[in-house]
Amino acid sequence: MSSDKLTIKQKFDRWMIKHGRVLVIGIPYFWLFLFFLVPFLIVLKISFSMAEYAQPPYSALFAWIDEGVTITLNFGNYLFLLSDSLYATAYLNSIRIAAISTIITLLIGYPMAYGIARARGSMRSVLLMLVILPFWTSFLIRVYAWIGILDREGLINAFLMWTGIITEPLIMRQTEFAVYVGIVYTYLPFMILPLYSTLEKMDISLIEAAMDLGCKPWQAFVKVTLPLSLPGILAGSLLVFIPAVGEFVIPELLGGPNTLMIGRTLWNEFFANRDWPIASAVAIAMLIFLVVPIMWFQHIQTKQEEREQ
Amino acid sequence: MPEAVLDRAHEDVHKTQPWNNPDAVPYIRFENVTKKFGDFYAVDDVSLDIYRHELFALLGGSGCGKTTLLRMLAGFEEPTSGKIFIDGVDMAGVPAYERPTNMMFQSYALFPHMSVEQNVAFGLVQDGVSRAEIKEQVADMLALVQMTKFAKRKPHQLSGGQRQRVALARSLVKRPKVLLLDEPLGALDKKLREQTQFELVNIQEKVGTTFVMVTHDQEEAMTMASRIAVMNEGVINQIGTPFELYEYPNSRYTANFLGQVNLIEGVLVDDDEKYAVIKSDEANCDIYIDHAVQGHEGMTFWVALRPERLRLTKDAPEDTKYNCLSGKVEEIGYLGGISTYHVRLETGKRIKVTEPNSTRQIEPRYTWEDSVWVSWEAGAASVLNK
Repeated sequence: MSSDKLTIKQKFDRWMIKHGRVLVIGIPYFWLFLFFLVPFLIVLKISFSMAEYAQPPYSALFAWIDEGVTITLNFGNYLFLLSDSLYATAYLNSIRIAAISTIITLLIGYPMAYGIARARGSMRSVLLMLVILPFWTSFLIRVYAWIGILDREGLINAFLMWTGIITEPLIMRQTEFAVYVGIVYTYLPFMILPLYSTLEKMDISLIEAAMDLGCKPWQAFVKVTLPLSLPGILAGSLLVFIPAVGEFVIPELLGGPNTLMIGRTLWNEFFANRDWPIASAVAIAMLIFLVVPIMWFQHIQTKQEEREQ
Repeated sequence: MPEAVLDRAHEDVHKTQPWNNPDAVPYIRFENVTKKFGDFYAVDDVSLDIYRHELFALLGGSGCGKTTLLRMLAGFEEPTSGKIFIDGVDMAGVPAYERPTNMMFQSYALFPHMSVEQNVAFGLVQDGVSRAEIKEQVADMLALVQMTKFAKRKPHQLSGGQRQRVALARSLVKRPKVLLLDEPLGALDKKLREQTQFELVNIQEKVGTTFVMVTHDQEEAMTMASRIAVMNEGVINQIGTPFELYEYPNSRYTANFLGQVNLIEGVLVDDDEKYAVIKSDEANCDIYIDHAVQGHEGMTFWVALRPERLRLTKDAPEDTKYNCLSGKVEEIGYLGGISTYHVRLETGKRIKVTEPNSTRQIEPRYTWEDSVWVSWEAGAASVLNK
């Protein structure tokens, strides 16, 4: 068939076969470029500027001087982050709280994921539904609900006082404990889902084989189930750890004045101090902190995929 | 069972056929074992004795209870009622990890995160065997299954046949009293399967372990097994050597399951001490049987005729009174070594006949719509009442 006899539809189809791939991949990448990379570059730019009492509240990076472009990079913000121990403490605190939360989430999430993966067909979808259900309510509302539960006059204290176990209300809100509760509660589904998907794929006869060869059930778990679910453990842990490091809302609402986390520091610099350059530097530094574990995760995953082929 | 078989059986029974020796002690014993899943009887009141050094096959279609029986032996399922003994020990409440059995799984269940060597060594490591001994035994086992070269590989780097060998080595290395094989060759292609069947039998003879195997493949069971239990809907239909089951099936189910068979329904019209005559409306003929039939005149029977025992001729045989059908060739299957023909009788019934192509022919012997006669010897048929 000669090309001038092609209908519009055929022309379109041919064009799609040729360029469809680029189009399908290109659109989301363009989106990410526009709404992720460009804002990131703006933040990066601001982090190299100086604070000014002006509108916008930072110095310009590029300037026309003598008919040429002059770029003034100011590393002072980053040096300041190093010099003031507040930031180091906030970073370390965030990493500590995120790490402990991740471990607690893993300890709670693993048995849950295991139970769901081993449940009967219809029961399984109900249980999975229950894990996802909290997402139907706004995250903020759910964190506020925890205020009502953990507060001095909250549900737990009211119940314990009523039963007579305690006479004085327990201080739970505005403590680090409350932050852990909040983070573990919020991020539990992110741990359960990847764990579930690795555990569900696992052939039960592997466990039977281990038992057949002399393993007690717990030994079969340690020697077979656990190593085989390692990719799920890694994926779940990173999905919890990474957002938990930068968490702002939970420490703000549930944590006490002493719960110093980098998300709050960032907020303070930005809104309270109106020091945009420092705030940007904090954000960039945090990003670098997080990119390392993400890259590591990617690396592990690629290796895993290669191994499975 | 007809006397001829029994006579032969009594000759050197006691060594090679312990099941025919009333004094022999069974190595594995199922005593009225029932397994229910909810309301469903997966295994229904099964009693079965298996003797030492046997290669015993549980044969049946899917859902017949054969796998459940095997899993109860392994300790993955507990019987709802009844008892299981291995080497005289009651297995009730003994968990899988303490039983003297090892299993070769249908999926092989090789640990994907361990090398071939580590997979085979797994059971020994678990038992706390010394490192030097593990090394030696694993090497021996890998040599036995000819996998020494692949010791360092991971399971996903192996072909199906190689995985099967590793699975076998892993389940044999602990020297179990009983080796359980769940569809051991099910995942292999036909050529490899046939080759592996004999290898497996050779290995069994070498190590002397008692093998209990589950299969749905009658050819596999007949090639490998010392005895076969044909199962259907949770009960054992018949137990016997491949020879006994093929030559003397006790039911239409067994006759159908092992090999191919033509079943002709008829009524017993003449019953003597030495012969019997069955009249079939279905095939519109009288069938002469060379032995007595247990039953009374007027009872319905099924005459089982193996396709290879039927004669196909273009001309009518000399005597057309008994054991003789006429019809037309409807289908032809030329398989090289043999040809199969479907002959349609005037009554509409189809009869399958196979003939060996023992000489080279210039052209096919029969073609479609040829008028042919099917006949057989009086001793060719077996008579079934269920």
